Amino acid sequence: MPAPPLLALHGVCKRFGVVEVLSDIELKIHAGQVVALLGDNGAGKSTLVKAISGVAPADKGVIKWEGRPVHIKRPHDARDLGIATVYQDLALCGNLDVVGNLFLGREIRRFGFLDEVEMERRTRHLLERLTRGIPDLRAPVVSLSSGQRQTVAIARSLLGDPRVLLLDEPTAALGFEQTTEVLDLVDHLRDRGVGVLLISHNMGDVKALADRAAVLRLGRNNGFFDVNTASQEQIISAVTGATENVPRRMAPQETGW
Amino acid sequence: MKGMRNMADNTRAEPTAPHTKARHPHRERAIAHAVESWVGVFRRKLSAGELSWLPVVLVLAAVWITFQALNENFLSPRNLSNLSVDIVGTGLIAVGIVFVLLLGELDLSVGSISGLAAAVFAVLNVNNGVPEWLALIIAVFAGTVTGAVQGFSFAKTRVPAFVVTLAGLLTWNGLMLYILGTSGTVNLDENGLVAKLTSHYFTNDAAAYGLATVGAGMVFLVSYQNRRRRRAVGMPHRSLGGIAVRAGGVAVIAFAAAYLLNRFQGLPLALLIFLVVVAGLDIALRHTHYGRQVYALGGGVEAARRASLSVTRVQTAVLAVSGTMAAVGGLFLASRITSVSTGSGSGVLLLNAIAAAVIGGTSLFGGRGTTWSAVLGILVIQSIASGMAITDTPVAVQFIITGGVLFAAVVIDSLSRHSQEAHGRA
Repeated sequence: MPAPPLLALHGVCKRFGVVEVLSDIELKIHAGQVVALLGDNGAGKSTLVKAISGVAPADKGVIKWEGRPVHIKRPHDARDLGIATVYQDLALCGNLDVVGNLFLGREIRRFGFLDEVEMERRTRHLLERLTRGIPDLRAPVVSLSSGQRQTVAIARSLLGDPRVLLLDEPTAALGFEQTTEVLDLVDHLRDRGVGVLLISHNMGDVKALADRAAVLRLGRNNGFFDVNTASQEQIISAVTGATENVPRRMAPQETGW
Repeated sequence: MKGMRNMADNTRAEPTAPHTKARHPHRERAIAHAVESWVGVFRRKLSAGELSWLPVVLVLAAVWITFQALNENFLSPRNLSNLSVDIVGTGLIAVGIVFVLLLGELDLSVGSISGLAAAVFAVLNVNNGVPEWLALIIAVFAGTVTGAVQGFSFAKTRVPAFVVTLAGLLTWNGLMLYILGTSGTVNLDENGLVAKLTSHYFTNDAAAYGLATVGAGMVFLVSYQNRRRRRAVGMPHRSLGGIAVRAGGVAVIAFAAAYLLNRFQGLPLALLIFLVVVAGLDIALRHTHYGRQVYALGGGVEAARRASLSVTRVQTAVLAVSGTMAAVGGLFLASRITSVSTGSGSGVLLLNAIAAAVIGGTSLFGGRGTTWSAVLGILVIQSIASGMAITDTPVAVQFIITGGVLFAAVVIDSLSRHSQEAHGRA
């Protein structure tokens, strides 16, 4: 029997008042697999990420971690499982410096006080692996460029050695060089056995990186694709809704990821 | 890549120039480089709004010079010593306000809580014969509880804190009037514990000099240890000269103050308590897990929540701190006049406490400021008040000038905030 997926979602629903923004979502992420989450604006991609990360927990449905059902009710729960998230809005505290943001909520202490030296050392170490343009570690994050802020958010997500990484449009604010750095990083994480959920509008990135693609449309699954075999047209037509009936024909159980 | 260059400025504070150069040019270049990097760091800090204490120090200097020119008694040991005691009551309340401002919120109830705590103490001790130490603890605890109640309501209902505490302002003031009952005014024991808070002086010269030595020594030791640890792991660190200048600056100010205090009655107990509390809370804010959470909430509640912080707990704790500090400050204010009346904690007290925190450089927008800003701010306000009294200027003018300083402080705060955001360019 193959190993159960690291993270699996079954029938996940989320409502905001009377609006059902996610209904019966199915999703699986295996270790060492990059799953692209695609969909038009308003398809529910970011909402799904927030449901998994505990920021806006799902109302209904089952979330399984390595085959066993878990409850993710707050960000803390997701982090304890080993799920890290880079949000679209980055969710950084602008007044804190780079080190403060990286270690927020899990500061290293020494004799009960914050160990700034150790935290700064690890921050530098981590950032050196990620990028060539290390920002000023003691400058408030609000004074960094948007690309640097993105790097900080990504570095923060890697801090606890996560097993599943959720990336909500990680390259949207980046230039060419930094985009390459992020894509290389995702590749590297996959090799280390991390499961990655990548939200992106860039089909080039998806084609280059992802193993699987899950398409959302209007809060529902609209197809799962093997990126290596499916054509770009097939995927895009699922995103735009040209092929509406895909979910019934390609139920996730049948496709057997 | 402005950030990178700036960091380079920082790291090269202690240059390791190549040895191939001739001796003299090498040294001159090293010095020139050091000066250049100092200026660079200074410029960056100024434009990034990190030197928020600089304007207030200049204002304080201007106030002191002006009043000394108008009346030569202003900078006399006697007046400065009295000033150092007068700042304590409102200053302690302002320290609590700093915590609330760091969240980007306001606490309007601190005046009422200070009056309530003083009334609780007076009624328990004087009217009901409860031992002073017990009444003191109960009074301070009353402040903690009222603050925590407000904080919890604020956190749970998500009604802005200034509204919750506006309700608190009325409620606690009403409760104080109820507790004081018909008596109206209660006179405290002139030789009691609370009266001693502001009337006791350590007349031995060694006390003030000892405090100055400990203060400057701590600054030096902490900076030096920090430098050693950073150097050991090859990280950018302050130069020895920089540490010496820093500790030396603290030492000069501390010993000058100690000298002046000793020329009057010595080190006031009130000032000692004030400085210890401010230093302790500064450490709690900037060097503990709890303090980091307070700053994080000021930087963005949603970001903090996503980083798994317990928002409710921190918000409750912050208002509990401000309630506690209000109670402690109220006891010092009662101590100064050795009585508690229906007017305790009313009037301009609340406004002065908030103004002190803001004038000292704590941002109204949350996330920036330290407890030391309360000290600087209250020094400015009380210096103006003292100078006005000494030069027989009407209170009306005092209000106008304090108002002007507050306005200037708010404008500087807003400008530095914008300059910091404008810094974030690609």
